[in-house]
Amino acid sequence: MSTIMSSLRRADEGRARAMTGLRSRWSSLPRAWRIGAIGAFMVLLYSLPGLNIPLIKTPDTDFTSVLFLCAVYVLVAVGLNVVIGLAGLLDLGYIGFYAVGAYTVAILGSPNSPVVVKFPWIVCVPIAIAVAMLSGVLLGWPTLRLRGDYLAIVTLGFGEIIRVFALNSNITNGNRGINGVPVPSEANWPSWMTWFPYVSSEKQIFSVSNVIGFYWLALTLVVLCILGVRRLERSRVGRSWLAIREDEEAAEVMGVPTFKYKLWAFAIGAALGGLSGALFFSKQTFINAQGFDLFTSILWVAAVVIGGAGNQLGVAVGAILLAYLPERFREFADYRLLIFGVALIVMTIFRPQGLLPSRRRSVELEDRAKEASVVE
Amino acid sequence: MSEQLAEREPLLEVDDVTIKFGGVVALNGVDFTLYKGEILGLIGPNGAGKTTCFNTITGVARPTTGTIRFRGEKVVGKKRFQITRMGIARTFQNIRLFPEMTALENVLVGADARHKTSVVGALFRLYRVRVKPEELTEVTATGGMTRLAQQLSRTGQRFFGLSRHILEERAARAKGMELLQLVGIEGRAGELARNLAYGEQRRLEIARALATEPHLLCLDEPAAGFNPAEKESLLALIRKIRDTGVSILLIEHDMRLVMGVTDRIVVLEFGKKIAEGSPSEVRDNPAVIAAYLGVPTDAA
Repeated sequence: MSTIMSSLRRADEGRARAMTGLRSRWSSLPRAWRIGAIGAFMVLLYSLPGLNIPLIKTPDTDFTSVLFLCAVYVLVAVGLNVVIGLAGLLDLGYIGFYAVGAYTVAILGSPNSPVVVKFPWIVCVPIAIAVAMLSGVLLGWPTLRLRGDYLAIVTLGFGEIIRVFALNSNITNGNRGINGVPVPSEANWPSWMTWFPYVSSEKQIFSVSNVIGFYWLALTLVVLCILGVRRLERSRVGRSWLAIREDEEAAEVMGVPTFKYKLWAFAIGAALGGLSGALFFSKQTFINAQGFDLFTSILWVAAVVIGGAGNQLGVAVGAILLAYLPERFREFADYRLLIFGVALIVMTIFRPQGLLPSRRRSVELEDRAKEASVVE
Repeated sequence: MSEQLAEREPLLEVDDVTIKFGGVVALNGVDFTLYKGEILGLIGPNGAGKTTCFNTITGVARPTTGTIRFRGEKVVGKKRFQITRMGIARTFQNIRLFPEMTALENVLVGADARHKTSVVGALFRLYRVRVKPEELTEVTATGGMTRLAQQLSRTGQRFFGLSRHILEERAARAKGMELLQLVGIEGRAGELARNLAYGEQRRLEIARALATEPHLLCLDEPAAGFNPAEKESLLALIRKIRDTGVSILLIEHDMRLVMGVTDRIVVLEFGKKIAEGSPSEVRDNPAVIAAYLGVPTDAA
């Protein structure tokens, strides 16, 4: 038994060897240090709106709103990463789930929607997640038997169908949209919050003019979702996804119910997409079919690929770049499709594994480069 | 001999299986039985239908007619992963590992076939299992926060147990290492499968298949590309696996290996069974000699 344990330890060391420099240095730190560092980083993230850091502030837009957008995009990227990065299914219609989540909250929670009953936010959001998840399952059930390119085309169609439906249906108020999307809570800041005037400049936690409450909520949800996906990644589920990505047929023969796990990947991705849509539009308080276009879907995929598909930290960085850069450099915002397109081309040439690649992909691509040089 | 066989428990019964791909008859009324605890060789010239036969047993191909029973249960019509869970595991003629996963992770995927934890279990870990005292976290630190944390988690585990997910994961890793040790590549556990040497990859495939806890292990040309020394150690490994109680169905071209290790042999030619029996019987069977060496022109 002890020999097994020691070889297990050796196996972990081997895994550490397979990691790139920075990562191995990080994982070789004592556990307490790592927890401390992450804690400090979290404190920094939560206090970011109040800190007056000159260079990163956005000159033309409210900085907290930009941070909120970043958090929502990270949530989107984390969900899309499950589908694309882990299970290896190319989904070009992810915005469909985002829209389903957003519209569910709007329809159930707003007094101005065709559904007259007004449910509170905390009831709407779980329903929105469930509906998005259900739409993921309904889309996945017939289509996940398809592979690669075909799946991409079908999901792309799904995204468009949702958009066109929202534009023309009565239940979504067509192009007029729905206003009065509920905010998470009508509650006020507790009195001791007056110690932090920056936070409690508005009495309500979730107000339009100071969105720090929204930002904190989004950040918290991001952290929870990242931890949740991390748990899945490091379990039987994550292994099954990887095995499916590597060799679907061999996985099936080794006892992996591939269809079930692909459906789960789709459902989890859809749920996270729905949650981010619900979150974003409860800050906007107004929703219509504009903005659920194909380009946004493709930009999200680009963010995941540029950041490093398969690595949660990587896709988060990709999402933050996608949300932040157009706001920081307003004068270039109109060119963002062009800039991201060029970035994508440059990346595929010079760094195909993404900015912060997953351990596997980086090793894989390094090895290929070595093999190529040997052949030459 | 035949009386002895009748007493033995049949594990796999292939009954009159025919497969047609369009106009080609890949298997034609093949039937044979594999008994519990034996090593059955499946041989035949190239294109005889050996791999097709394998694919039918493991659910990759569907027979046009005929039935296959495993431990009395029908195999045909079941999904491939269900067949694996029934207890049939296989390796591939052309190695099909998960190249970007480590050797240990490859084995874990196999072990997952027996695990119950799924998405909800891995995410929320609410299914708790009472733990034995030796499974509790050991308090190893001599002082400070680390010791406190260890003590806290130990106490927590005593009250709330451990989640089934964690116990399964732990057991699977230990079992995975044991299997890697059995096939002799435990030193490479943390290496990506694609970086393993050819022979190591073949061995890893066997370990991964064994991790699914099969009753029957199907090896599709496991010695392809091996040198004599490697073949010899593979022979020993196959016997060792049989001794753990796993029956083996073996496709192999290397006659010495087949004759040396199998209890019985089934010979296929052009999709038909032409002979069946002990290695020495098969060796002397004129139909087999004809199939392999051709028929002298004057006899034809």
